[in-house]
Amino acid sequence: MHLLVCGGTGCHASESDAILWNLRDELEAKGLSDKVQVILTGCFGFCEKGPIVKVMPDNTFYVQVKPDDAQAIVEEHIIKGRKITRLLYHDPKTKEPVGDSKHMGFFKKQLRIVLRNCGFINPENIDEYIARDGYEALGQVLSEMTPEQVIEIIKDSGHRGRGGAGFPTGFKWEIARRNKSDEKYVVCNADEGDPGAFMDRSVLEGDPHSVLEAMTICGYSIGASKGLIYVRAEYPLAIHRLQVAIRQAHEYGLLGKNILGTDFSFDISLRLGAGAFVCGEETALIHSMEGHRGEPTIKPPFPAESGYRGKPTNVNNVETFASIPVIILKGAEWYKRIGTEKSKGTKVFALAGKINNVGLIEVPMGTTLREVIFEIGGGIRNGKKFKAVQTGGPSGGCLTEKHLDVPIDFDNLVAAGSMMGSGGMIVMDEDDCMVSVAKYFLDFTVEESCGKCSPCRIGNKRLYELLNHICEGKGNVSDLDRLRNMSLVIKDTSLCGLGQTSPNPVLSTLDNFMDEYIAHVRDKKCPAGKCKDLMEYYIIPENCVGCTACARVCPVNAISGERKEIHYINPEVCIKCGACMEKCKFDAIIIR
Amino acid sequence: MSQIKSLADLRKKREEIKAEMDTRIKAIDPENHVQIKVAMATCGIAAGAKEIMEFFVEQLDRRNIQGVVTQTGCMGYCYAEPTVEITLPGREPVVYGFVDLKRADQIIEKYIKEGELIDGIIPVNYETIDSKE
Repeated sequence: MHLLVCGGTGCHASESDAILWNLRDELEAKGLSDKVQVILTGCFGFCEKGPIVKVMPDNTFYVQVKPDDAQAIVEEHIIKGRKITRLLYHDPKTKEPVGDSKHMGFFKKQLRIVLRNCGFINPENIDEYIARDGYEALGQVLSEMTPEQVIEIIKDSGHRGRGGAGFPTGFKWEIARRNKSDEKYVVCNADEGDPGAFMDRSVLEGDPHSVLEAMTICGYSIGASKGLIYVRAEYPLAIHRLQVAIRQAHEYGLLGKNILGTDFSFDISLRLGAGAFVCGEETALIHSMEGHRGEPTIKPPFPAESGYRGKPTNVNNVETFASIPVIILKGAEWYKRIGTEKSKGTKVFALAGKINNVGLIEVPMGTTLREVIFEIGGGIRNGKKFKAVQTGGPSGGCLTEKHLDVPIDFDNLVAAGSMMGSGGMIVMDEDDCMVSVAKYFLDFTVEESCGKCSPCRIGNKRLYELLNHICEGKGNVSDLDRLRNMSLVIKDTSLCGLGQTSPNPVLSTLDNFMDEYIAHVRDKKCPAGKCKDLMEYYIIPENCVGCTACARVCPVNAISGERKEIHYINPEVCIKCGACMEKCKFDAIIIR
Repeated sequence: MSQIKSLADLRKKREEIKAEMDTRIKAIDPENHVQIKVAMATCGIAAGAKEIMEFFVEQLDRRNIQGVVTQTGCMGYCYAEPTVEITLPGREPVVYGFVDLKRADQIIEKYIKEGELIDGIIPVNYETIDSKE
């Protein structure tokens, strides 16, 4: 028998350690130590009801356990075999206690559709994919459905593109199908470039066949015989696994001529990108594949009319493709039941930043930010206070406390001033300066702007300079209006999605954290203590014992003071490296 | 490798693969056959998954344990890499996180040999497409 005690950060903070020790003591006292083991586990993703103790093998799930409950668990449950009703999870609707956690699937906030095979199958063995119903969807499509029927299912399912903008996938396919041509192309956009985003890489590395299968289904639906995957060269393992997968699919006749004995032929090859952010934009991506500079062009014409080599081309992102086989197998009705009214299915997010459970998660659309950050994500690191979360990478915006209960979907995030983007989620805590955050993203877009249109090339550079100015304490209040005006102009006049969205981090921080901007420009202070030019290291006289530790570690001899006397930091000399603060054992040094 | 010529062929192939996986396990020793999967995406490898995988391959052999070690993709628990999933015969799979060489050794000695769980389990906190109605 095993007792599993949650050692996730949330439960840890509410004394799960004490529960563990008390359980071990109780078992020891009853002479049961060799029969029952107490194990510390990772996060159950149910922090709201923590600390959690799970009894195996009977799957009893105890919630909000106190260290004092250890005795009852051992005496009642272990010895007498009676479940302790008051500690069981109570179904919020029926108010009934749930005895077996197998019946409480609803506490599992995640649903893995795109990631269904990631971490289960060996990605370099096609047989393992086939064993989990791989290529069954393709088989059914080719032998039992017309292209129109396939497109109808995808349209009916309400599936929207996961690349960022959320364009309905079925409609995109329909447009590509309608455009007549001797040759058409299916392109998979695997040019994942947002800082902190890695869901596409994980899918390609963990389940490459799902993308190949879906691209072939798409090829059949729109009438294309060639597929191209545009993947960045910085993803060598993803490239290797795709190559292995393509070879194996060929050997089985699941790619190539007359797939599964039908008239349909389809082949897929790779195109390696050099890792420019702008090449995630579909027209730039196509130009890059053609061997030209990765620069966007004005739409229309859309790629569905004139794309790769001037032929109708359907571009979808990795995650968009990876959902397709499941939609075919489970049906549109099944898929439609998941998600919100206008955004169906699930979304993969890469959780990063100041969050405990950094990782890759997949949740149904409509899950709230609070559930993602505080339950699945296990809350903020080191018990700090949540400040904001940046969704949509450098094109998105930051969302704050007041947005935590917004159900995540394409439209709600836009209404809240951000966007879905590809699914990066960078969590920030009270120590993050929002002006610096906006500057960081602008630094990225300035670097990645292709330079074709002037609003993006020049405007973003000016925005960056202005933000830098403010962080250095040289800004004034009128700069804030200039920031906003310039942002709006860049948004309105840029050629492609990169420039049209790059000022978003500035606008959303201006909207949500105006007080921080004002503190920077008017008071010349950085409330989070991040902007070096606006802060000062200071020794609190009452706390200083004169140990000289700070003075010895200071690389520029900015600290003076005799042994056992109060020390002083000369702000003129100080380079703000923070070494003294780290060294001080008496919390005498602060940033102000 | 022979080509798959129709949907019926594909389905036959799937059953063959499943049966073969099954018999492969049964042929060796169904009572003691352990399956070990190591998460080997770029992030896992960067965190040391390769060394862990090599350790399992080498040590199973050396300690005379029947089993297979395979690589798999990202399990999503980046905060706890390297991650390893162990399936003992007749039991639900268990995922262990933060697997360094010391923990890998404990996994073999305690969990695989004795069936005793050890610290560092990562609970399953998601639904699969099969469990979703």
